[in-house]
Amino acid sequence: MESRPDLFDRFIGGVGVGTQLLMENCPEGCDPFGPDNPIILTVGPLTGLFPLASKTVAMFKSPHTGNLGESHCGGRSAVSIRMAGYGAIVIQGASDLPVYLAIHGNQVFFRDASTLWGMGSSLTVGRIIRERESGPGLRTIMRIGRAGEKKVSYACVSVETYRHFGRLGLGAVFGSKMLKAIVVSGKRSLPVADPKDYRKVYREIFKTATSGVTQKYHNLGTPQNVLPLNKLGAFPTRNLTSASFEEAEKISGEAFAEGYLGRRLACSHCPVACIHIAALREPHESEPFFYKTSMISYDYEPIYAMGGMLGVGDPEGLLRLLDRVEVLGVDAMSTGPVLAWATEALEKGLISEKDTDGLRLAWGDWKTYLEAVDRIVEQPTAMYSALARGVEHAAAVYGGQDFALAFGGNEMPGYHTGPAAHVGHLVGARHGHLDNAGYSIDQKVLVEKKISPEELGDSLIKEESWRQILSSLVICFFAREVFDSDTVLKCLRSAGLEFDAQDLAEIGKTIHREKFRFKTREGFSFDALRIPRRIFETKSPIPYLTEDYIRATIAHVKKKLI
Amino acid sequence: MKRLDVVDQERCVGCQCCMFACSRRLNKPGLAQSSISVRSNGGMERGFVVIVCRACQNPPCARACPTDALVIQEGGGVRLQEDKCIGCGACADACVVGAVFLDSETNKPMICVQCGFCVDYCPHGVIELVEI
Repeated sequence: MESRPDLFDRFIGGVGVGTQLLMENCPEGCDPFGPDNPIILTVGPLTGLFPLASKTVAMFKSPHTGNLGESHCGGRSAVSIRMAGYGAIVIQGASDLPVYLAIHGNQVFFRDASTLWGMGSSLTVGRIIRERESGPGLRTIMRIGRAGEKKVSYACVSVETYRHFGRLGLGAVFGSKMLKAIVVSGKRSLPVADPKDYRKVYREIFKTATSGVTQKYHNLGTPQNVLPLNKLGAFPTRNLTSASFEEAEKISGEAFAEGYLGRRLACSHCPVACIHIAALREPHESEPFFYKTSMISYDYEPIYAMGGMLGVGDPEGLLRLLDRVEVLGVDAMSTGPVLAWATEALEKGLISEKDTDGLRLAWGDWKTYLEAVDRIVEQPTAMYSALARGVEHAAAVYGGQDFALAFGGNEMPGYHTGPAAHVGHLVGARHGHLDNAGYSIDQKVLVEKKISPEELGDSLIKEESWRQILSSLVICFFAREVFDSDTVLKCLRSAGLEFDAQDLAEIGKTIHREKFRFKTREGFSFDALRIPRRIFETKSPIPYLTEDYIRATIAHVKKKLI
Repeated sequence: MKRLDVVDQERCVGCQCCMFACSRRLNKPGLAQSSISVRSNGGMERGFVVIVCRACQNPPCARACPTDALVIQEGGGVRLQEDKCIGCGACADACVVGAVFLDSETNKPMICVQCGFCVDYCPHGVIELVEI
């Protein structure tokens, strides 16, 4: 165990500290599946002290994009890590036998995971570990499924079953180390400068966090976005051949809440409880009157990726697809566009039924898609092995790059709102929608007036720089409106840390640049960014979604950041 | 006389804000000083169990205490007289629902005093202070 005040004083925590630890511990050019690729989990000074400081940041070299791996997850992970007494956990090397790590306070155990390795369901793994380990209610259980074991480059890590370190392949990195799971538990008191003042600040934040501003996430949850985005013509459908799905009503937040919502859950220290779990009753395939009820989490992005993007409008079929990706431990957001590409590639003759192992992939045919997901993990043909490395790789091998919907190597999120969304995916450090929320700029700014590429670039950079602070505290982005600069400063002061607004702005910019320093070191280049032509072929709500506009914005961002 | 009641356990989402509140009331932010515990019912999909002192009329914990450090309150429940407590843990073993939590440093019991501070921090109406 090391004390690193140099890191936490300067970079606060979370992604700020994680980026530095990544650069310290990840040798340049290392193999993402090699023992030298570190797994870094960080929390921040607000974790355990304030509500909605509920997320952990994972950093690693991504086997999916080949450069920055960064993923955020809540569940019980952040609170458990802080309660166990850590600001960061760094895992290096690899095991030759399957293991899982049990970190209980200051004790670290390497447990035998031989029996767990190869299990069909990541849920079973969680159940077993739950019974074997101590600390119920005060622990996190992070686990990989078969996808991680098979090193699918977009395999995820499931946390408390229903939350995930979803994107960029952390699950595959675990798999490459033969690390099946990590349990962290602990219980402690945290020091604050002035207890009375702290309680006052806490109360204010709690009140704001439980007022109207977060209500939408609790009622229908993120799936409430389905119908508005569909109405706008911004809901990617059938591999973005369309941006409006005629069956969107059946897979909307409203439809799921009415027909299937079984329970709502929260991450630790979050009063919002945005986790929506559907109860799906299925008859047994061969025995009538033998039913099972599965609890399946659903959110906007998985609904877009495995629903709209695949033309699946049957809510029960969609839930079964979501359950399958959960069980196997693979990222839903990437799996959707991957299967969508394969469906079109088969249609166009770029791949054959021999490649698909006999599967006739077709829009809306969720039964066949279920079998296809299994094959992405088991990889019975070379084509599935290519799919297991993402749509960017598959298209490089088989063609069809125009409709391979990935940005910077990462499959697209569920927003065809206009140019800002797509530029955001291209220039964001994680190539996701939450880096800089370009989709929000489309809907709030560009819908009113056209702004220059320079203005757009500056807006994206400003938002992304500020989000580095939020991801260093570490708070959940759903509370981004609660934690404005003044509130952040107040909270940090309670935790005994003195900063001013200028400091925060500077630190945010520094962290943002540091991430690009790592990316560039590992081979990322703005100039090499591929833009899939499909985004220009399908109409979006904003009329000037053009290549020139996007390239000009990228050029401006590159100038500012590098 | 009021006591803390778990009025609607099904609405518990497992946010644990009540646990943080209890610790915070004692000016010990974190989770180490909580007299209320929330854990899953065997996986989060099964819901949650809220474990807190029920303010029994004839508390087993007080009966088990060898030094009479747990004083029975009128209406139910107990208060700890810390200077009498020897940290033996017999009260924790005796509690039928596991609502006696032991301070990890002193081994002395932490038992809900029915103050209701946590009620304000449950956003989903799971716990209430009710008249006995």
